[in-house]
Amino acid sequence: MDIIGKRLWFFLGSGAAILAGIISLLIPPALRPGIDFTGGSAMTLTFSRAISESEVRSVLTGMGHPEAIIQVLGEDSVFIRTTALREAELGPDDSVVTPAEHVQIEEALGDNVAPIEAREFTSVSPVVARETVRNAAIAVAIAAVAILVYITWAFRRVPNPFRYGVCAVVALVHDLLVVLGAFSILGKTMNMEVNSMFIVGVLTVLGYSVNDTIVVFDRIRENISQAIERPLREVVNESLWQTLGRSLNTSLTTLVVLVALYLLGGSTIRPLVLAFIIGIVTGTYSSIFVASQLLVSWEIGDFGRVLRFLHLAPARSS
Amino acid sequence: MSRFLFRFLHRSLGLLSSLVGVAWGRRTIRAFIFILIIVGVSLAVVLVPDIHIGGFERGGDNLLGLTLGLDLQGGSHLVYEAADPDATEDDMKVAANTIERRVNAFGVAEAAIQVVGGDRIMVQLPGIADVEEAKKLIGQTARLEFKERTCLVDEPDNPCEKPENHEDKDIGLTGDDLARAWPGQEQTKGTPIINIQFNSRGTPIFAEFTKRIVGDNMKRIAIILDNTELLAPVVKSPILNGTGFIEGSLQNPFTIDQVQRISVQLNSGRLRVPLNLIHESTVDAILGADSLQKSLQAGLVGLGLVLLFMVVYYRMAGVVAALALMNYTIIALAVFKMLPVALTLAGIAGFVLSIGMAVDANILIFERVKEELRTGRSLSSAIETGFRRAWPSIRDSNISTLLTCVILYWFGSRLGASLVQGFAVTLFLGVVISMFSAIVISRNLLQLIGLTAVGRIPSLFTPERAREAVRVTRGS
Repeated sequence: MDIIGKRLWFFLGSGAAILAGIISLLIPPALRPGIDFTGGSAMTLTFSRAISESEVRSVLTGMGHPEAIIQVLGEDSVFIRTTALREAELGPDDSVVTPAEHVQIEEALGDNVAPIEAREFTSVSPVVARETVRNAAIAVAIAAVAILVYITWAFRRVPNPFRYGVCAVVALVHDLLVVLGAFSILGKTMNMEVNSMFIVGVLTVLGYSVNDTIVVFDRIRENISQAIERPLREVVNESLWQTLGRSLNTSLTTLVVLVALYLLGGSTIRPLVLAFIIGIVTGTYSSIFVASQLLVSWEIGDFGRVLRFLHLAPARSS
Repeated sequence: MSRFLFRFLHRSLGLLSSLVGVAWGRRTIRAFIFILIIVGVSLAVVLVPDIHIGGFERGGDNLLGLTLGLDLQGGSHLVYEAADPDATEDDMKVAANTIERRVNAFGVAEAAIQVVGGDRIMVQLPGIADVEEAKKLIGQTARLEFKERTCLVDEPDNPCEKPENHEDKDIGLTGDDLARAWPGQEQTKGTPIINIQFNSRGTPIFAEFTKRIVGDNMKRIAIILDNTELLAPVVKSPILNGTGFIEGSLQNPFTIDQVQRISVQLNSGRLRVPLNLIHESTVDAILGADSLQKSLQAGLVGLGLVLLFMVVYYRMAGVVAALALMNYTIIALAVFKMLPVALTLAGIAGFVLSIGMAVDANILIFERVKEELRTGRSLSSAIETGFRRAWPSIRDSNISTLLTCVILYWFGSRLGASLVQGFAVTLFLGVVISMFSAIVISRNLLQLIGLTAVGRIPSLFTPERAREAVRVTRGS
């Protein structure tokens, strides 16, 4: 079957997915930042009985935290996010003058709602949050440069290594946009927050996307070296078929483990695992249906054709 | 010993091979022994709960003796920052030492305290029940006191150092009066000593005190930090200008380590860097245990499904992949235990992802082997060619993941993000071990099986060929 011949449909499919994500990213807030990026406090409390959001909210409002974001997880657990809570104050003789605010909140909830059986507490100061944002930006930038350099090196022996590099990077950006878009939509519909682990997810997806593209390109590289006379279009088509089994099997097996982890693992790593799942699906798709197709489009002059179609370039004289 | 082992294995394999009718090459046997040793050692490492080799200790009460991160065993991760921007690296070391001493006195086993990024201190308190109490202790001011000690009894077998044999009296001299303490060497003997220097308030008090007790065998200077005795030296000569030194006894001289440690402790009672808590993350042990159990369950279910898929789809090769994958898991766990790598939730996610990579390497190889089989090669030659062809893509594709791991490790190194580092480390190690497992273990196992009677039925290795064979039979 000729996969290359249907490339327009694949490009349109990707375009639609990315466009939806970009629209969501353009409507503020683009992503819902978690406390890692904003600073503040968050606690997850498990009560001895099922609880409702309203009873937790009334206690928090009474404690001077009407701004709290409250989400009931399961039945008996609640996630509460507030502005930074005060630490305990010690007197000159090292005795506690005022207990830490989160301890006061826990006590009030324990007295007025139900006994608390397990707790998790995180607080991040604005200093750390600013730094995390900065480091994340640096990490993503360094990763992008490192991957670019690496791709150029990996394809140094093929004709037009630059084209392979550019196509792999386009696939990479494609995957990045899909994951960001998906989290933007999830943030608006399901209050999905992004935290440091999301950055981990994104960077890993970048690594995986390149990983997948390289396997396909490696096959094209090998087939080209064996048959110089054949048109690139045929070689790429054949290479895609040869690697399709591997691509699908690898993605499926990895997805199986990740879906198990998503469904059975704890709620803490769900955002991370979800980023992996989305990233692997889009990474596999883009390596087959975007990167390799673009390579052919470039070779046979699709881009010029599109420009001429849009009357942006002069028609060919011949 | 190894020669004996080799001969023994060679003979027993020879016996085995005569049963299944196969000639075992020397190279295959070497490879087999190599795999056996690696997997055997790894399995032993994973299964032995406590490992003690000389000063090297690993293992513990956790699952398989693995080191667990705070989110899986419960505990507190605290990061403090110096409130004073001029705090030096030395000040931070002193502050970290103070925290360590107090946390240890509080009875937290395996607390880790470490200066990060020059002006921050990371405190990890595993399995702690009352974090607020620990935070209170960390926030307290250190109390260094110099007291006048009067010995009631001082005999070689019943020394003055015993608590019941002396009385300590306040002389109004505290850490506030000490200017600094630093390690040094005695000028003539070259033995390690601790230099001390008092400030203008402390100097006259110390001069008066040392003048008074010099030469008295029943008097000592008791130096006490947070109610724990550091030292109780005898005064040999009065110190009038505020600068003196403490040396060990003739029988029991100080070591270099000792004078360094005591100098830091003296300084910790002297100066205090005000610290602000800038990051806290506390997880109840009960939640940690719950997360651990859930993610283990998820991992096992996922691994089981993958193994099943591999066997169903790739037949005999899938069985080999399943074996290789189990070996991979054992080796990876052994490496995590020995380094040790603290497993966090994110780390488990990284490990799970690396299982995916390990499967990928196997799949890449098997697809190649299948192709080579289709061109009509013998199984053994198909395996060799398949591996050789698959290697560049396994290598090149994994390098990009390794690059990402290195960058993530840096991202996490600045604190608050030990989760990120846990992920980067497990994924990195996972990818490296998975390449090893695919290239060394899968390849040799496949060759070994190829040599047995099973290897003569290619349809066990490639589903297509089985189907083609059926078609050919029908056609004729």
